Amino acid sequence: MGCYSLDVRNLLCPMPVIRTQNRIVELNAGDILEVRCTDPGALQDIPAWCRINGHEVLRNDIENGEVVVIVRVGSAESAR
Amino acid sequence: MTVTTQTRRAVALISGGLDSLLAARLMLDQGIHVEGLNFYTGFCVEGHTHAIRERRRTKPQRNNALWVAEQLGIRLHLVEVVEEYKTIVINPKHGYGAHLNPCLDCKGFMVGKARAWMEAHGFDFIVTGEVIGQRPNSQRRDALPVVARESGALDRLLRPLCAKLLAPTLPEREGWVDRERLLALNGRNRKPQIALAESYGFRDYAQPAGGCCFLTDANYSSRLSDLWATRGEKQYDLDDIMLLKVGRHLRPRPNFKLIVGREEGENRYLSGYRRQFVHMEATSHHGPLALIDGDAADDDIELAARLTARFGQGRNADKVTIQVTDPQRGTRQIEVTPIPADEIPLNWYL
Repeated sequence: MGCYSLDVRNLLCPMPVIRTQNRIVELNAGDILEVRCTDPGALQDIPAWCRINGHEVLRNDIENGEVVVIVRVGSAESAR
Repeated sequence: MTVTTQTRRAVALISGGLDSLLAARLMLDQGIHVEGLNFYTGFCVEGHTHAIRERRRTKPQRNNALWVAEQLGIRLHLVEVVEEYKTIVINPKHGYGAHLNPCLDCKGFMVGKARAWMEAHGFDFIVTGEVIGQRPNSQRRDALPVVARESGALDRLLRPLCAKLLAPTLPEREGWVDRERLLALNGRNRKPQIALAESYGFRDYAQPAGGCCFLTDANYSSRLSDLWATRGEKQYDLDDIMLLKVGRHLRPRPNFKLIVGREEGENRYLSGYRRQFVHMEATSHHGPLALIDGDAADDDIELAARLTARFGQGRNADKVTIQVTDPQRGTRQIEVTPIPADEIPLNWYL
């Protein structure tokens, strides 16, 4: 299991979601990805994308004005 | 003898609006496995683009395509097509609509991308929410075959909302879907879709008044035209087209444009461009952040500073101190008199 980070600050949605999606595709089930954004829309969108695609959101809140989302990558089969 | 029935798989274009929601739902009703595709061109009207300004809105911000996918319980694949899409915007084979909207080329492009995705992922057909006559450009009866042909989707392109008014497609002929359970909607009347949404229990779906693309917006198109005219070529990058969505844009002189934040959210967004643009803001009064796009001489800077002062709380003051920062040359402060509103010609506003 690996821990990774993704900086998508100053990108507007849906770009933070797209970059998160594209990074997660490269990772393995169980890997952890921390995403940092400045668009508050990411608070809704990244978890929504994770729910649809079977990934677990471990953290989703605002820290020092930035949105921080931590995702545990699911298996391909876990997506509905 | 055991008879097995293969579950057919469709990829649906999901814009986030009602029609694609319903089209995909009709397929799910027939036992089709559906996954969604949503393309990001850079011109998409999304809640978050508006949210740069409307930070106090009570409705939660959301991406409508993701919301639709959740309602349907399907996977959604988001695809960035900013670079590829430039050829559609800059040189549309079928021309523009009322503004700089290349709707017919756009639809052909997106269905073509969906066809490639379908083939790469072993899916069987493509679903869209098109309705004959719903849009004046891309959804005319004579435009629908153009989209099917130019995208290469041909008869693997199914439009469930108006399929009964069209020739049977491959999924219908092969019995993958029951044509009798498809619809025969046409025209701009939205009542049938609204009634169908009600019957499914879909509420709170997006109904953008001006469609899902900024290129259908007169003001936005005017700003893009100005960008191309002043640069002398029809080119853009993502930052260009994002900035066209944000702030007041004024062009007092041909050599520069001023982009002025209209509220805190826009100021915050514009502040992300401080390293790329000469920028200014008042230090003696509360006011907006303004970026200068272009080559501005000293007298241009003074005019820009007077305009920036005009849009801040010092607009009625005798003097306002403006801090001007050039990323290459450093920061200085100048004192200016705010320009009176009636001295700003309307044609400065883009």
